[in-house]
This record gives sequence, structure tokens and C-alpha cells, in this order.
Amino acid sequence: MSDLLRRLTSARGVSGDEGDIRKVIIDEITPLVDEVHIDRMGNVIGYKKGTNPKRKVMLCAHMDEVGFIITRIEDNGMLKFATVGSIDSRILPSKRVKIGDKGVPGVMGIKAIHLQEPSERKNAVKAKHMYIDIGARSKEEAEKLVSLGDYAVFDSDLVYFGDGRVKSKALDDRVGCFTLIESLKGNYPFDLYACFTVQEEVGLRGAKVAAYHIQPDIGLVVEGTTCSDVPKVEPHRHTTRMGDGPAISIADLASYSNKRMVSFLIECAKNAGIPYQIKEGITGGNDAGEIQRSRAGAMTAVISVPCRYIHSPSSVMDLKDLDNTVRLVKEFLEGCESL
Amino acid sequence: MIDLIQKLSGIYGPSGNEELVSEAIREEIESYVDEIDVDVMGNLIAVKKGTGDGKRIMLAAHMDQIGLMVTHIDDKGFLRFANLGGISVANSICRRVVFKNGTVGVIGYETELNSWKDITLSKMYIDIGASDREEAERLVQIGDVAVYHSLFSASNGKYIGGAMDDRAGCALLVKTIKSIGDSPNDLYFVFTVQEELGLRGAKTSAYALEPDLAIAVDVTATGDTPKCKPMAVSLGDGPAIKIKDASVLAHPKVKELMITTAQKHGIPYQLEILEYGGTDSGAIHLSRSGVPSGVLSIPCRYVHSDSETIDAGDMDNGVKLLIKILEENISI
Amino acid sequence: MDAKAFLKELIDIPGVSGYEDEISRVIMDAFKPYCHEVRRDAFFNVYGKKIGNVGQKGPRIMLAAHLDEIGLMVKDIDDKGFISFTNIGGVDQRILLSQEVIIHGKERLYGVIGAKPPHLQEKGETEKAVPMDEMMIDVGLHPDDIKKKVTIGDLITFKSPLISLGGNMVCGKSIDDRAGVVMMLETMKELDKLVFSGEVYFVATSQEEVGTRGAIISTYSVDPDIGIAIDVTHGDTPDAPKDETHAMDKGPVIAVGPNMHPKLTERLMNVADDNEIGYLIEVEPGLTGTDARSIQVSREGVPTVLIELPLRYMHTTVETLNMENIRKAARLTALFIASMKEGWEECLTY
Repeated sequence: MSDLLRRLTSARGVSGDEGDIRKVIIDEITPLVDEVHIDRMGNVIGYKKGTNPKRKVMLCAHMDEVGFIITRIEDNGMLKFATVGSIDSRILPSKRVKIGDKGVPGVMGIKAIHLQEPSERKNAVKAKHMYIDIGARSKEEAEKLVSLGDYAVFDSDLVYFGDGRVKSKALDDRVGCFTLIESLKGNYPFDLYACFTVQEEVGLRGAKVAAYHIQPDIGLVVEGTTCSDVPKVEPHRHTTRMGDGPAISIADLASYSNKRMVSFLIECAKNAGIPYQIKEGITGGNDAGEIQRSRAGAMTAVISVPCRYIHSPSSVMDLKDLDNTVRLVKEFLEGCESL
Repeated sequence: MIDLIQKLSGIYGPSGNEELVSEAIREEIESYVDEIDVDVMGNLIAVKKGTGDGKRIMLAAHMDQIGLMVTHIDDKGFLRFANLGGISVANSICRRVVFKNGTVGVIGYETELNSWKDITLSKMYIDIGASDREEAERLVQIGDVAVYHSLFSASNGKYIGGAMDDRAGCALLVKTIKSIGDSPNDLYFVFTVQEELGLRGAKTSAYALEPDLAIAVDVTATGDTPKCKPMAVSLGDGPAIKIKDASVLAHPKVKELMITTAQKHGIPYQLEILEYGGTDSGAIHLSRSGVPSGVLSIPCRYVHSDSETIDAGDMDNGVKLLIKILEENISI
Repeated sequence: MDAKAFLKELIDIPGVSGYEDEISRVIMDAFKPYCHEVRRDAFFNVYGKKIGNVGQKGPRIMLAAHLDEIGLMVKDIDDKGFISFTNIGGVDQRILLSQEVIIHGKERLYGVIGAKPPHLQEKGETEKAVPMDEMMIDVGLHPDDIKKKVTIGDLITFKSPLISLGGNMVCGKSIDDRAGVVMMLETMKELDKLVFSGEVYFVATSQEEVGTRGAIISTYSVDPDIGIAIDVTHGDTPDAPKDETHAMDKGPVIAVGPNMHPKLTERLMNVADDNEIGYLIEVEPGLTGTDARSIQVSREGVPTVLIELPLRYMHTTVETLNMENIRKAARLTALFIASMKEGWEECLTY
């Protein structure tokens, strides 16, 4: 498990630049499926023919992660950038990034506190006022290493720490990708489409075209979701709790889960003795929104691994939650013909 | 009409939970239509086949109403919630809500806040009178949805109640189904789901039906109350023909058709421009290669409150106008 | 007709989003001599189809430039005959005071958006922008007369014909995106000089300014293999950030980012380099504010590129453009289309 998780989370794949993670996933799933299809937007779809297919089931996790794109190379060799996907710019000062295919190292520096007015330190720095420093002394020097439009990821390795906890970038949604890969190891009566989508973070873009192509009857999205069970956050805003198991969504901003699917997921968890929680709150949106509303509609639901500090280089999850998510998805797939 | 509106507006049916409304409407119209079905999202689709080579017309009114979904139950039995659709702070403070199982609650807010401007939905809660979490959990669970607890009143030619948005539109379609004569057109009456969450039911049903033309029926605001946002629509001056809102620019030919039909039959009407908001036509008109669409609007004061107010005459004239439009041979 | 004359003609024709009947007819007529087929759909999208002049099977390519413009709409008429209005599309209300407008009612009426004289301003009043709700159009007629000619919902356009500034610059309203439509016509002319395969649909889309609605509908209808969106982007001015604006004289702008297909965009840049056509690069971190956003996710997905013309003062009545960029962009696009030979599918892969 650990090696696959490391390979998935360390791969590069900012929305629009998913080449690296795409390769990792194709390598993993090719022996497990009948066909691997890469569509017009770069989604990877692993098709596993059913033993007695009556319906189509689509499992979905997004390959892309939030990150940055280089928007300008200044005369002094500094790089201006924009965030791709939603990132709180207050986490950026002092972080390291890797730019482009070659992983050119860069840092998001801000001026030292010795040089700041006291009032300056009270205000958040906006991303558009920040720079990435790659150590180049001029525009020409910088242009030898990076180009306009290069993407950058957080430089953040997977670390096991605490009691069965993991820190990494991109747990959202490489945990979903991990779960899908594990699910492909089973055999099912229905036609299964394991869909690793692109550009979820910039508007659920990949899922829209993938769902249109596949025309699923049932769609199950596996996500990494907000987990804010930390000090200074009121209990009713925690959303999910670390260690309490996969979170089943009743609804979020993009979709209202199909009620039969939700009941069935809860039943699966109870029957197999898998801990689970109900996601509290309807924040966030994910690929299920596009799948549910594709063509004439589909039944969809979402289960998520709780991730603290989501959309940052140091997001944290509990390995037990990931393990239980994999178990729950397997239970679901084994019985979902009855839906 | 009054009984129908009273009945429909009183049924529990927040977005994502429209089943009871769907059953009630089905009962009303079953014997008047040729086919009736429910799709995977819960849209209720009723078909009245036409007599000749008419057009394939989709009519849409949404069954769902705005609601409050329980997101957390605290130790003392108070419920935190999130909005399904446009729930505003102003229309919620100290109002009563009701759950599907009849549990009644009151919406309170964190009174330590100093200014009304600081109150947001996340600083509010529902009080169902439970003394602790266990007691509360016997009555409700996370994911349950409450709606405003409203009393229906008919007074001075007005109908006042909850969920006129868009049970009034549903009632208008039901009445149309029951009263319409022969039409050359194939009529698909779609009672949609999840409009308040983003026109979701309309999107999928339009894709499936592939209509030539569509008309949604929904409520709209008015510009006739003291110091309100200026708008040329008044309660009682007739059904409104929508020119635009934020989701759709009514197709000029559909708009023209509606206006000339009203003029031809001497039915009072108004022209409506809404500078915000959306309706099912917003989703329908962008389906596949495009569907020329319009909206028949019912003027309504206090939209998204527990006392939405419509005019009886506007409803009757709305039915008259829609029937006249649908009975015509349409060339678009 | 040359590019500048065509642009001048288009600028004067009304075509506010949703009401593009007249302008779509003019564009259909302009496309006819250069296309095998020209048609229009119920939403006023205009489709000009050119079929390739060599045997092999090439791609179906769709170009999109929008024919609608931002404008205003009559909201109400008061007892004194003053007309209140709302906006269609992103109109900056700060440019409205003292503008000359045309109201398209039962007849075309000339009007002005009135402005309160400085003599009557309160202290501090001039610090705040006047909201649109408080503005009125004066058409100089008696109220009874107006009500016979103007109805709620009538469209209002700005009177701002094309003028020439120094160099190759032109200035007027709605160059966004009538310049794109002109560029498509010029591309047809360039393509006639080249050899290409496949089919090219030149689509003048409607309702872009209110949410790329025409593009959603027309892309579904055409079902292309490749999309080329054509729009305007911000030209450089002293008050705007450098990383979001472009020089006016260094050629058209090619966009990069998640909304654009990387290999296809690279190919476009290679064609430019090989033919010594200068261009600038615009980095877009998310969805672009153009038809490209809807083309890319139509049906099963359409690999898309975006070519833009730098434009100063966008969405005002003095939009300013360098005509040279139309010529360069047209030539680049035609060469790009012609480059789609045997094995063109390769550039759509990942």
C-alpha cells in the first residue's frame, strides 16, 4: 500500500498538466482492466467488462491537484505565478515548489521580518504580489530553465508520522485514485468504468466529458474531503472527523446524492462492520455534480477520505480511513446490482 | 384553483425530496394525460399527445422548494444547518420550520453578535426543543431537511403561503392539463426537481425529451412595494412574460408568440425584466443544439419567505394565456 | 470588401446578446462568397462551412468568434418620458454618463444618457460612481409619443462608429468581438490560397457576453474534432498590471493553460515560428472568459486553442485595436488549418 500511495502523491499533476500522474495510473491499471482509454481531455478510463453486464457503473476519482502556473518572467529573473485551483494564499510564504517537467526547484520567498513594518506583518500577502525565486539573476537565465505556462507543484514528500497518519500534498484526490486502483482488483457482474479525471479542481471539467462518453447508470465518486476537527474550529464546522472512517455525503454544492445509494452505502458499512461517518455540511463540489446531470441523468453518490489541511502541501489523513474507504467501495461494488 | 394551490403549497417537498409533491400531482393529472412517468432524477413527466403535425413542446414547473438541511446536532440538542437554495438570514430569524415527520423547530441565532450585519447562516441554528443530543436524535438526523412552516391564507384576492415558488407554477400546469382542449402539439408537462439547487432536473429532462420549444412557469418578483428595487411588474396586473433574467434571454420569437397571443385574446399581461435569478428555461434552452424557450411568470411578493403572495386573477389569466398558446399552430 | 471596411460596417449594426437577427444576416451574406454552405440556427449562430480541396480525410475544425455585443435594455419609461435601463453583458456603468445611444423600438430613436451638472452636485457626491439604477436616457420626445415607439425590453446600443487613430489603430464600440468575425472572413480568404483537407466551420456565435451560450449550442451542433476560439484580450495601458496585458504591436496572442490543449497549442506556436509570424503568450490559470470554455467540454470533449487580439479599453465605446493583428492572426490560423495533414490525430493525444 505504502509504495503505491507514495508514487501517486508524489507524481505531478496540476489541473491541465496531468501527464506525470497519468503515466503512473496507466502503469498500475493496465494489468487489471480489459481496455485503457485516454479521451480528448486526457481522462484515463479503465474499462473492465462485466461477467453478466446489465448496467454500467462508473467509479470516479480526479488525478489533478491544485498548484501554480508561471505567468510572467521578470527582467530580474523572478517568476510571477497564478494559482490553479483554489489555494489560500496565506499558506504560500516560505513554501518550496518544483516547476515544469524537469522539476526546477523554486521558493516562494517574502521579505524577511527585519525589513517589514509591524503593520505589514498583520496583513496576508496575496498570490499576485508574490514571486517564485529559482535563483536566476536575469530573464535570460530564467528562460533557460522555465517557460511561460509551466506548471508548478508543491514540493512535499509523503511522510508517515504520528499514529498511522500520513502527510503529503495532493491527498485530494490521490486517495481516490488509490481506492479506484484497489477496486479494479476485483471482478464484477456489471461493466465497470474506473475513471481518473482531469481538471476537477478548475470546474469539474474532465468528469463532464467522461460521463457523456460512458453514459453510466450509477456513478460513485471517491474524494478527499475537508476535515477540520482542530482547535479554534467550532464542532459544527468540523465537517468530518479524522479516524471516524469514510465520510458519506448526503449532498454538497454540486450534487444531492441519490438517496437509495446513500442508504445502500450505510447498509454496506454496517453489514461489514466498517466504521463510517456522514459528512456534516454541504461544502465543496466534485465530479458527481457533472456525472449526475450528464445527458438524461444518472444515480450518483460520493464517499470521501477525511483530509486535514486540504489544498495545502501538508495535508494529513489517517491510513485507517483510507483502508476503510477501500473496504467500503469493495462492499458497494459487490452488492450494487441490487440498486 | 384555490383548493389546488392550498393543497400543493402545503406539501413537504424541499430540493432533493420532492416525492410527496410528485405523488400528489400525479394523482391530480393521471386521468387527463396519455402517459406519465418518473425519471432517474425524480422529474415527473406527463404527456398529452397532439392531434396533428404540431410541435413538441416542453412545459416546466419545479416541484422543489427551498429548505434547511441539518448538518450537525450539538450536545444540547440544537441543530446546525446549511441552506438548500436561497435561504436568507432576514427571512429566517425566529421563523418556524417543520421536518418531514412533523417535528417543528424555531430558527435562532447567536445573540452575542453585536450587529445584524454579522449574522450569517452558520451563526444560526434550529431549536426543536430537545434537551440533549440523544433526545434530538430520536426526532431528526443529519441530512434531514426542514422547510418554512407556513399557514395558507386567501385574502382580498391574494393567496399567501409558503412555496408559491413554484407550487403556483405546478398548479398552473395542472389546471392547464385539466382544462386544455385539442392541440396540434405534443405537450410534455415536466414537473422538475432540484431547480433551487441550480436548474438540475430541467437539464436532464430537456436532454431526454428533445423539445422544439419550451416554456417554464415560475414566480417572479414585483416592483410595487414601498421603496423596492425598480421593476415594471405589479401584483394583479396579469401574468408576466419574461424578457430576461440572469439565466436566460427569452427567445424573441417565443416572447413574441406569448405577447401576440395575449393581445389577440384580450388577456392582461406584463413584461418582465429580472436583473438576477434564474428559472428552468435557463437550463432547457442550452440543451443539445438549443431549444427556443420562454417563461410565463407569476408575479409574487416576498419570494423565498414563508409568506409568498400571489394574485388569484394573475393565476387564472396565466392558465388562460398558456392554454391559448398551446392550442395554436406554432411556427418558430 | 477589405477588413477595415467590413469591421466598420459590422460595428454599426446592432446585435446585443439574444437579439442578433440583423447582424447575423449581414454576416451570412459576407460569408457566402467564401463558403460551400452558409446557414443560421434558431439562436442566430451563423455557420459558414468550407470543405477541404484535397482528397485525404482531415479533421472537422470549428472556429468561433462571437457576433453579439454588450448593450442596454429598456427597463421602464416614466411619466415624464425618461427611460430607465438595465445592462446586457458586462457594461461598466462608469462609461455611461453622457453617452449617445440608439433605442431600437418600433423605430430607431436617438438618445443621450443624462449627467447631473457639476453646479448641482453635493459635497462628496463626485467621489462615488453613479449607479446604473439612477441613470436615465433622454430621447427628447413627449411621453405619450415615446410610449408608442418604445416598449420595455427594447434593445439599446451605443452610437460609436469606427474611427481610425494613428498607425494601424482603429477605435469604436463592439470591436469585441466583431474583429474576431472579420478575422474569420480574412482566414477564409487566406485558406483559399492554401491546400487543406477536412472541413472547417466558421461559426459566428451568439450570446457569448452572457455566458458563451451560443458556443454551447453550436459546438454541440457541429461536433468538431478541433476547436479554435477567437476573441480579444487586454492591450497594455499604464494603469493595468503587466502580467495581464499585452503589447499592441507584437502580433496576436496565443493562450496557454488548462482550457487549451497543450499539444495543439504547441503546434499552433510551431506554425507561427515556421512562418515567422510574431505572437505573444497569455497564461490563463483557469477557465478563459471566452467561447473556449464551453467548446472544450462539449459532448466527449474538443481539443481547443485560443487566439486573441489585443484590445485596449475593452467593453467601452472606445475599444482600440491594431488592424495588423487581424491580418497576422488570419494568416496564422489558415496555415494552422492547412497543417492538419496525414496523421493529424497525433496532435490531439496526451
